[in-house]
Amino acid sequence: MLKFGIVVFPGSNCDHDCYHTIKHVLGHDARFVWHEETDLSEYDCIIIPGGFSYGDYLRTGSIASLSPIMQSVSDYACAGGPVIGICNGFQVLVEAGLLPGSLIKNASLKFICKWVYLRLENSDTLFTSNMNIGDVLRIPVAHGEGNYFCTAEDLKELERNSQIIFRYSTPLGEVIDEANPNGSLDNIAGISNKEGNVLGMMPHPERCSEGLMGGEDGRAIFESLISNLHQKGRAIREA
Amino acid sequence: MKEFKVKIEVKLKPVVLDPQGKTVLQALNNLGYAEVGDARIGKLIELTVSDGSAENVRERVNEMCMKLLSNPVIENFDINIEEQNA
Repeated sequence: MLKFGIVVFPGSNCDHDCYHTIKHVLGHDARFVWHEETDLSEYDCIIIPGGFSYGDYLRTGSIASLSPIMQSVSDYACAGGPVIGICNGFQVLVEAGLLPGSLIKNASLKFICKWVYLRLENSDTLFTSNMNIGDVLRIPVAHGEGNYFCTAEDLKELERNSQIIFRYSTPLGEVIDEANPNGSLDNIAGISNKEGNVLGMMPHPERCSEGLMGGEDGRAIFESLISNLHQKGRAIREA
Repeated sequence: MKEFKVKIEVKLKPVVLDPQGKTVLQALNNLGYAEVGDARIGKLIELTVSDGSAENVRERVNEMCMKLLSNPVIENFDINIEEQNA
């Protein structure tokens, strides 16, 4: 059984959804990790959940990115530990410098809460290996600042290293402006770091991992990660 | 030790789209202010700082801007320092 650490900041509000999905839907161990804690040694994966950490003051994710736990998350990620940031968690990861770019106000200026479609752009990662490039996932978004922006050089770098994991698309997988809910550069919905162990995404896979929720496409992300971590564990045990 | 009032203007970089500014521009034009051609919205942060000299203040506040008060990926900042009379 794997153990997931779910980071809780003041203002996190998707922490329990992540906990439920990991523990009750996928059958693995999950613990909440308060933002003042610093020891992550017992966890196989860290999830930074969605919400409005510190009331979104100054910039979304900016205050959370400086909390004690984030130095540990940074060390954990640099040592190769898997980290997933969802929605506000993605905003925290870019503010912490663990992922490039920034998430700015939606082009429409509106908070968007709806189901969207994502085209999988890279299936060769810890988080997506159970899927194929071109697969289309139906996943909900709920954010006011999900408009991904980065410099032209950063974008080239992201493309060169296949760090763009998900793009907003039509149900048929066409990546076009009409399918872009928030104005994100190149329809980017989720990226990884260069090493591939840190994933940030605006859509909420934890909100669609069981049929009861009206869709379960999000589960493939957690299941990919779980099978990869099991394989890694087996390799370590056999070595 | 002297006291300084520091004003920091944080602005979106010109390459970053400012939908809020665009909306305000449109509202101004709709109000009849046709002469307004562009609007950009930023933030003003005011600090009260005690330090030995304005140079020190500038150096420290610059650091604060890089670490927390601005996001260098999307924002530029200007620092204005005024010494307060005792």
